[in-house]
Amino acid sequence: MFSQCADPSTLDGLNWLGCYLTTGKHISFYWSFLTVLVLLAVTAPIALAFGFGGAMAARSQVAPLRWLGKGYAAMVRGVPDIVFFLFFVIALDQALEWSLHQVRCPDWTEPIRQGLEFKVCPQAKIPPGDAPQWIHQLYGFALAVTTFALVFGAFAANVLQGAMQAVPRAQLETAESYGMTAAQVFRRILVPQMWVYALPGLSNLWMILIKATPLLFLLGVQDIVYWAKELGGAKTSTFAYPHPDWRLFYFLGLLVFYLCMTKVSEIALGRLTLRLTRGQATMAGEAQRRVHA
Amino acid sequence: MKKLILGLAALALTAGLAAAQTVRMGTEGAYPPYNFVNDAGEVDGFERELGDELCKRAGLTCTWVVNDWDSIIPNLQSGNYDTIIAGMSITEERKKVIAFTQNYVPPTASAYVAASPDVDLKGGTIAAQTGTIQAGHVAESGATLLEFATGDEAVAAVRNGEADAVFADKDFLRPIADESGGALVFVGEDVPLGGGIGMGLRQSDTALKDKFDTAISAMKADGTLNTLIVKWLGETAPTF
Repeated sequence: MFSQCADPSTLDGLNWLGCYLTTGKHISFYWSFLTVLVLLAVTAPIALAFGFGGAMAARSQVAPLRWLGKGYAAMVRGVPDIVFFLFFVIALDQALEWSLHQVRCPDWTEPIRQGLEFKVCPQAKIPPGDAPQWIHQLYGFALAVTTFALVFGAFAANVLQGAMQAVPRAQLETAESYGMTAAQVFRRILVPQMWVYALPGLSNLWMILIKATPLLFLLGVQDIVYWAKELGGAKTSTFAYPHPDWRLFYFLGLLVFYLCMTKVSEIALGRLTLRLTRGQATMAGEAQRRVHA
Repeated sequence: MKKLILGLAALALTAGLAAAQTVRMGTEGAYPPYNFVNDAGEVDGFERELGDELCKRAGLTCTWVVNDWDSIIPNLQSGNYDTIIAGMSITEERKKVIAFTQNYVPPTASAYVAASPDVDLKGGTIAAQTGTIQAGHVAESGATLLEFATGDEAVAAVRNGEADAVFADKDFLRPIADESGGALVFVGEDVPLGGGIGMGLRQSDTALKDKFDTAISAMKADGTLNTLIVKWLGETAPTF
């Protein structure tokens, strides 16, 4: 990266360290922090949307919709994460390719499943075989986001359903007596009031989601844990920067990162709780009112 | 001007379609000197240089993909990449699930490395990378097998005393033992294992396998393969 780093074997001390920490591999490591942050930023709202949909479906008057909502939460919550990540992603990937295969290659005669092999026509490959590597990575990332959202959406559905039931019945009945329709009651009374009940459960989920990001590597996305392991491993002189096993230091770095993430989240969630409690008919809401009164 | 640009764009597009198919080369990227991710973040090593040369000779465009050793065969079968070029020994067991090209490295020796020369190789705890022929050998030898996801972690287990010795390809262990400053030494006899190292392909990809077989034969014939082996695996490595 820098001109003085051209020949690492002549460097020592801080110069060596400076060059070492700016190698292409380390730059990839630094970018992977962004990958994790983007994953969190993208997954959280989608998971919340899945959860909201699931909770609404589970409360629905229409029986099939209700079964769907309840079934979704029960099934996904019951399956271990790691099984889900190993099985579901492959199934999703193959289902997409299989569907595309049916559309694009109707004349294909070879079987798609040959023993353990799964082979669709080249036009149906997602992403196409000749696509640049970043497209493959983006696709892997999209699969990861979908899987995370589906898993955490199921837990969120359960939390939100509980929160919806926790809103005092009197609030809803009052709204009905004002002549609001069911949809109006839901939108104007139930949803604004349920968040304060949902927040403890949702903040738990958020913390678990932060810690679950190393599962990314199972999905072929090179995340911070992968790079920490790769960079920290002992390097012989085959490499430009030989060093003994430094995994401890890299993992200490990750520890600090994850602790910072959870600390920042705690502060943000604490503020959000205060904000959502304002004017609510809860004990905390009442306490706030007294202070201001 | 606009027409010219359009024409050029059309030309570029059709040329792109006509160009050779892209072959995705799957490797572990954690097994120096065979394959590793270098400091620039690119796949490097004996197999990188060999693979690029084979692709050039076969007229293929190749891209490199890094994949965990553990899931390297299933991901080939589900089509995430088209070849495995990751220091994989040709064995009967693996031949049942994937096809191999002819070997591009002759059968190599596996060896034990330990912290002291007097360890018990038959009854002690031996570390090996999971899913390798060495792990299979340790399991049969009667020693307690300790499996790790990467070769590097298996070596680390010996350094921190978790295992008595590590069993792996001698080519992989040699630089580690040489540079350990005497902390790690070779013990016991070398063990010849496997039928050499070859490229793994899906059993249905016979045309691709033929192309690589032809290219490997050509490199064996004109001696370039031997030059590569000596360059990366050392003067003492067996050649063709």
